[in-house]
Amino acid sequence: MSTATSTASEGKHYLNAKHTVLSWLLTVDHKRIGMMYLVSLVVFFLIGGAAAVLFRLELMTPAGDLLRSETYNKLFTMHGIVMIFFFLIPSIPAVLGNFLLPIMVGTRDVAFPKLNLASWYVFMLGGILAFVAIVGGGVDTGWTFYTPYSTMYANSNVILAVCGAFIAGFSSIMTALNFVVTIHKMRAPGLTWFRLPLFVWAMYATSLVVLLGTPVVAITLVMIFVERAFGLGIFNPALGGDPVLFQHLFWFYSHPAVYIMILPSMGVVSEIIACFSRRRIYGYKFVAYSSLAIAVIGFFVWGHHMFVSSQSTYAGMIFSFLTFFVAVPTAIKVLNWTMTMYKGSISLEAPMLYAFGFLGLFTIGGMTGLFLSTLATDIHLHDTYFVVAHFHYVMVGGGVMGFLGGLHFWWPKMTGRMYPEGWAIFAAIVIFVGFNLTFFPQFQLGYHGMPRRYHEYPADFQVLHIMSTAGASVLGFGYLLMAGYLGWSLKFGKKAGANPWDARGLEWETSSPPPTENFLVPPVVRHEAYAYEFESETSPESHPSSESSA
Amino acid sequence: MEHPVVPVSTYLKIFAALMVLTALTVAVAFIDWGFFNDVVAMTIAVIKALLVVSVFMHLKYSARLLWLIAGSSVVWFMVMVGLTLTDYRSRDWLLHEGMRPEPWHSVPAEVMQDAAPSGHNGAEAGSTGH
Repeated sequence: MSTATSTASEGKHYLNAKHTVLSWLLTVDHKRIGMMYLVSLVVFFLIGGAAAVLFRLELMTPAGDLLRSETYNKLFTMHGIVMIFFFLIPSIPAVLGNFLLPIMVGTRDVAFPKLNLASWYVFMLGGILAFVAIVGGGVDTGWTFYTPYSTMYANSNVILAVCGAFIAGFSSIMTALNFVVTIHKMRAPGLTWFRLPLFVWAMYATSLVVLLGTPVVAITLVMIFVERAFGLGIFNPALGGDPVLFQHLFWFYSHPAVYIMILPSMGVVSEIIACFSRRRIYGYKFVAYSSLAIAVIGFFVWGHHMFVSSQSTYAGMIFSFLTFFVAVPTAIKVLNWTMTMYKGSISLEAPMLYAFGFLGLFTIGGMTGLFLSTLATDIHLHDTYFVVAHFHYVMVGGGVMGFLGGLHFWWPKMTGRMYPEGWAIFAAIVIFVGFNLTFFPQFQLGYHGMPRRYHEYPADFQVLHIMSTAGASVLGFGYLLMAGYLGWSLKFGKKAGANPWDARGLEWETSSPPPTENFLVPPVVRHEAYAYEFESETSPESHPSSESSA
Repeated sequence: MEHPVVPVSTYLKIFAALMVLTALTVAVAFIDWGFFNDVVAMTIAVIKALLVVSVFMHLKYSARLLWLIAGSSVVWFMVMVGLTLTDYRSRDWLLHEGMRPEPWHSVPAEVMQDAAPSGHNGAEAGSTGH
């Protein structure tokens, strides 16, 4: 079949291969599944974002005058559940990973294409359950579902939301399994482990975390269900359980889940920085191994979420010590990206701006993580806005910036169209400014003692809260602007060549958008990744014109 | 994947072994081994799990890479249990008596009043106040 179609498919690509709705809903093409994930995630992002808009408006004034306290609790819970389980965790793996990973390793599809399609349906089922829980009365436990509140006292749709998160977990397991097998078994001839793009290494490390961690949170969520529905004592002290046991089991997954959200972004940033500096990544093996190190060490640190619970002080000391360790591989990466740019030929297109945003914001997020992993300072900062600011710097400043950078970088490959560079640069700056205006004041708020998850606060905090809300508006405007010009470019954008950035990597050696079978001729790899000293086989056709569009 | 065909008799033998081991688990439960109660029960359970994983789930006939993957999941389980136990085993250790959390009723009234609105933080304030 591959030989039969290979000659006749000039102008045919995965988007125009078939046109019916059913051809999308029943597709096993990893590229189409990636695009389906993109559309679904945008919807979830809008839902989660709408909740944030409402509670940021409430926080404009010290009095709880816009929302009742219960509504406020439900809104931040909704924001957390939707953004974490239904946007950040699947964002890069399910969209960019699904689309690019098989092309990057030079194969036709993932190892189990039907499982890949099933993962999208499972994800949507989980998402719909969570959505029903939200619109049918809401959930007020916080995204962490802490017991015994969630199992005994919360008077909201906990079980439905827990089921949604439980089911969505299986979708990430399916995707991760697909990636691990694909990377191990389906690499193109000549593509050795150390010739893989660092994005693939990051996807591999992420998939390992997903495979080892997600079953634990699934079982933990089942335990909530069992205790809440049948009164079986696991976590409730009144029934002989231990609430801190829930926190152990929950964070055993949910801390590594932070790395599920950030490792893929690190992979994206490696690709972008190499391309827009025209240089091989400095210390390739260190960056590759540091992804694995983060995946492993990330599993040893979860107790730092529980320093002020009744967790033993001695366990706290061990977890604090181990947490400092995870900063080492992260710092290696940041150093190596910086060194990659040194004496590079840097150009500032939108993807590179997002990568810069990632570097700065993620570093701030990471360094404030060290404050929080220090036992004594954590006693002061625990459950304040300092923590809120810290994890938004990591997850939005890191995770989302990486996702947006990757989306712009590979947009020509995915859609066959260039986005308007000027608007993209403007939006990237707006998003960067809006993000900092939103979350930097929250470090101050938290340091001065503003606890998280309250809809009322002392009047002294109002100025900082107004700054934060203003920043959120700017940030929201930036996102909408981006949605606008990306949507516009689908129809009116300049047609992209196979390799508009003159980048290296197998995904740039096939046409944009790629044909259904990815490569008309099965590729053979002869260079290491990021061989920017060699001419690319596809480079001459289009890269100077892409510069002029900026 | 090319697996060697496993004869049905092998499956039946493993099934029989699992049944015997189940009966053994029940039998030893009637004897009080003291400290070794858990050790004995867990040993039998681990043997049963190994039989299931290696024969029924074909790990014995699979590539070494799959052994590594199955093994790492066991290691990860041990990490989870082990580090959780660092908490449970050391909760009662104290460097000095001042570290012992005060029961609620013995916290001085003025401390309670200061900490009143914020629930459990009262215990923290009480214990560090000494």
